[in-house]
Amino acid sequence: MNVLGSIFFRRESGILVMIILFCLAVGLYKPQFLTLSSLRIILLLTPLIMIGAMAQMLVLVARHVDLSIGSMLGFSAMVVGLMYREFPEIWWMVGFPVAILTGATLGLFNGLLVTIFKLPSIIVTLGTLSLYRGLTFIISDARQINRSVIPTELKVMSRTSPVFDIPWIILIAFGIAVMAYFVARHTQFGRQIYALGSNPKAAPLRGIDVTKVTLVVFALAGALSGLAGILYASRWGFVNPSNTGAGFEFQVIAAVVIGGVSINGGVGTVMGTVLGVLLLGCVSAALPLLGIPGSTQNAIFGAVILVALLIDRTVRHRGVASVSGGAA
Amino acid sequence: MIADVPMLIEARGISKQFGGVEVLSDVDLDLHVGEIHALLGENGAGKSTFAKILAGVHRPTRGTLSMNGDPVDVPSPIAAQKLGIALIHQEPVSFPDLSVAENIVMGRQGGGLLTRVPWTEIIADARRYMDMLGVSIDVNRPMRGLSIANQQMVEIARSLASNSRLIIMDEPTAPLTPREVETLFSIARRLREEGRTIVFISHRLEEVRMLCDRLTIFRDGAHIATHAIENISDEEIIRLMIGRTLKKYRRKHTAVIGEKTLEVSNLSLLGAFEDISFSVRRGEIIGLAGLVGAGRTDVARAIFGVAPATSGSIRVGGIEARINRPTDAIELGIAFVPEDRAGDGIFATLSVEHNLTAAIPHKIAPNGVIRRELERGFSNKSVGDLSIRLASLGQPIVELSGGNQQKTILARWLLTEPEILILDEPTRGIDIGVKAEFYDMIGGLAKAGRAILLISSELPELLSLCDQILVMSEGRLTAKIQREDATQENIMLAAVPRKGLAA
Amino acid sequence: MTETSTTRELVPARPTWHVVFVRPETMTTLLIVIGLVGASILSPFFLDVNYIMRSFTLSAEMSIVALVLTMVVISGEIDLSPAANMALSACVFAWVQEAGLPLPLAVVVGLVAGLAMGALNAFMSIRMQLPSIIVTIGTLIFYRGLAQIIAGDRSIRVPESFIGINNVLILGVPLPIIIFFVAALFLGLVLGTTVIGRQIYQIGTNQAAALHAGIETKRIKVGLFLLLGVVSAAAGIMAASRLGSVRYDLVLGGELQMVLMAMLGGTYIFGGRGTILGTCLAAWLLVIVSTGMTVANLLPAIQLTVLGILLIVAIIATNFIYARTQR
Repeated sequence: MNVLGSIFFRRESGILVMIILFCLAVGLYKPQFLTLSSLRIILLLTPLIMIGAMAQMLVLVARHVDLSIGSMLGFSAMVVGLMYREFPEIWWMVGFPVAILTGATLGLFNGLLVTIFKLPSIIVTLGTLSLYRGLTFIISDARQINRSVIPTELKVMSRTSPVFDIPWIILIAFGIAVMAYFVARHTQFGRQIYALGSNPKAAPLRGIDVTKVTLVVFALAGALSGLAGILYASRWGFVNPSNTGAGFEFQVIAAVVIGGVSINGGVGTVMGTVLGVLLLGCVSAALPLLGIPGSTQNAIFGAVILVALLIDRTVRHRGVASVSGGAA
Repeated sequence: MIADVPMLIEARGISKQFGGVEVLSDVDLDLHVGEIHALLGENGAGKSTFAKILAGVHRPTRGTLSMNGDPVDVPSPIAAQKLGIALIHQEPVSFPDLSVAENIVMGRQGGGLLTRVPWTEIIADARRYMDMLGVSIDVNRPMRGLSIANQQMVEIARSLASNSRLIIMDEPTAPLTPREVETLFSIARRLREEGRTIVFISHRLEEVRMLCDRLTIFRDGAHIATHAIENISDEEIIRLMIGRTLKKYRRKHTAVIGEKTLEVSNLSLLGAFEDISFSVRRGEIIGLAGLVGAGRTDVARAIFGVAPATSGSIRVGGIEARINRPTDAIELGIAFVPEDRAGDGIFATLSVEHNLTAAIPHKIAPNGVIRRELERGFSNKSVGDLSIRLASLGQPIVELSGGNQQKTILARWLLTEPEILILDEPTRGIDIGVKAEFYDMIGGLAKAGRAILLISSELPELLSLCDQILVMSEGRLTAKIQREDATQENIMLAAVPRKGLAA
Repeated sequence: MTETSTTRELVPARPTWHVVFVRPETMTTLLIVIGLVGASILSPFFLDVNYIMRSFTLSAEMSIVALVLTMVVISGEIDLSPAANMALSACVFAWVQEAGLPLPLAVVVGLVAGLAMGALNAFMSIRMQLPSIIVTIGTLIFYRGLAQIIAGDRSIRVPESFIGINNVLILGVPLPIIIFFVAALFLGLVLGTTVIGRQIYQIGTNQAAALHAGIETKRIKVGLFLLLGVVSAAAGIMAASRLGSVRYDLVLGGELQMVLMAMLGGTYIFGGRGTILGTCLAAWLLVIVSTGMTVANLLPAIQLTVLGILLIVAIIATNFIYARTQR
């Protein structure tokens, strides 16, 4: 990248520096933080958030918000779980396309409400957040899917790996990140998402099919949430109608905001988002090591979001809040 | 006119109505292949509207267009692009967060959503266009933060990239330095050699003379004349632009001029205006003339506190005033009727009554609680005084016609009983009949002892109403003309930028 | 571009019946009637006024907060943190009281905490000009997290003398409901009859125009955030009294219900429209719907689903109505 390309990377370097400083600081106090097994722990905390963050990033860049990704994750996980329970003979990998398609359908529904009825995505997804969560309860009869039901091969994905002792689940997450980078940077579709978020009024003038792009973005967010759903089952071994995916959207938003994605659209990079996820992963991993109870995690995440927003404001001087408070 | 010069565009009978008001009437115009053609005319004369019709932004209410001999329809900007027509706006349209290179190419690549983006090609092409234009912008940087001049360069690069046959430039040179202008002109000439047609909308007569082959003058929505550039003089051009209006408004009132109430000294705002000094006395109507972008509204907003000046001083009633927000100005007795009625003036969905009383909360609610009868009293009086036509005070103001909406805003401010009234294009978009009413009202206000600053682009209006006319051009005051000396010609001459071109 | 017309000089005003009846509050009232009828078919218990009132006390606190939230949304902003605010203020209150502070002082501390939370929202949204949607998502997480730190996993008990606000009956009506109605009346009057109320609508309709008209847009918005902060704290403390103890997950997810009440009541998400009456009706509608569903033995799961559907239907309907009444 030439010298001026570094303008794009300034934020990413900032986050990287913060990660390094943080790890060093913790490492000084508790050296075991800087070991490889510690890295493994950090990385294992992140795959679901990583995938969710990619989804949310695309939606935010398009100048929308999706608050329902946690519920889409839960519903997709439950569908897959039920499938395993009712059809124990089925090949375990079928779960993947099922989860992804389920998620995509839910995401598409979000997109339809936003495009056909011209409703603000914030309110729509606040509604579907409950709707999908409720549906999850209904289809599962409020019962959880137990460990025994989830295929072993699936669970093992979170432990075994083909290379360098990195579990499959992490590879998949990073693979998604790479694909997201490719889509965002090197496909027509990706560039149109950025254009749409940057100037929604100009987009139709430049030949962008706003409806199509919006629908695909939401469907994609759903599909990724679905993938995260089956990976949840892999990681934790069970699916619970009330917990699976609950609070997910907030962790994801924290990562994405830290990563420099703007709520006003048009701005945000995959690299930044990945680093944001990693920073949060480091913080989460450090807490138990430092003897700080896990109950502080939310407070820290919230504080981090607020600080990141303030830094954004003072450094960038852009993105004056819209009159509707960004709800549009 | 040589009969066998190939025609690119033939326009016949082009007319355009906006909500019942005709802004273009029966315009016939030919554009040759391979020429640079200027469109001249005052603000609102119709030249921009005509250009927008060519570019697919508006559709004509009547009339036909043909391109290269075949009848053609331009229903949208994208259709125009496909036909090879490009419009470069004065305020460039772009995606601020995308890079320069991407903005040049956006919308022109074929292929579906998953098509790979050919970055190296895009960047190389973008660099090539930038070099052609002699502009040294890094094509990888985001559009956000680029100067208007550079944004225009990107727009021009866009039209080059799309191989446009007709490139319309709407006042492109205003933000450019002389050197950039020269670059632009040499490119325009080169494009002409390539057989393209350039439409150049501008007020700058020297530039028009340097660059263009032919010119067309618009006035009041009609095509007045088309001449080859060598066949017409500057004086003749201005005379045709201004013309003789059929109806001359006769000013009815003559007010007694009192002492100074508003004194502005060396007022400056970086990027908007510089070293503005003038004063307005009681009973006086001071006009502020100038072209769009001259900085007149910025001066008004500075006096009213919406966007305060960075240096200089304002004295009201002889006392130095600190005006940091509109409340300060209102307390000093200043009122401001803004230019952008829809954006800065009306509360569209709220009732006429709510709009009328918006600036006098303390009068309709002495204790904080609104007293309906007080409000109704003020409202009825306003409606009567200004003859506002409406169905009911409770209806949303957006249902009123433009003229009545404007009356409502004026009434809103009159209710504050201001000493100083700043009116920014108060009769824009208003029917002739209602305009006369406004002129009477403005005259009456002056007679009642108010000091009035009237910002307007309509020369006849300024000439008939004002005691003194100030002219601004590109952020500076270029003339102060007394009523008896004022003519449309000398106002226009002071308004037109006199920036000489660098050798 | 000119936009006047000689032919359009006089648009006839909408007939009075149209103005009075074609509005979101009517939709809400209709839904209440439908809900009542439907619910009474499901169960005869339902038409017992006392039963309905007791049900309402369960969500009275959130309903009160929703009233103030309505005002914030009308002014053009949004706040998703009030539920977390309630929890944190309640935890702070219970905690300092447990640490020995006398009850009245503890209440004051709780209210001050709420005020501080409102101030943080105001600072970031108005002073720093950040979008209030993302700011309040951040503070929602932050405040909930702080509550988690203070209360941990346990329930902090509240002294006996303080418990049972919902059992206090005035003329047979539980106190929380009285407080709700008083608040609704007061805020409704402020919004409907005072200058500030009028200006809130004007700011939400067109902030630039409000600025030009000399309205103190920033001050009013800051005031609203502060008010919402204090009222949320008060509501949290009321909840503490009703429940007898406080946990960090008090009204977890409550922001959904509050937004739902505002939207069901016809508040326009982009600002400029909405009424206290509408939100008030919506609060009761929600109680009727929730209680009806509980009585019909519908699982909480289905109730959640229904709430989600209601929200979506509500905004579609509101948008539709507003599009029809604005030509």
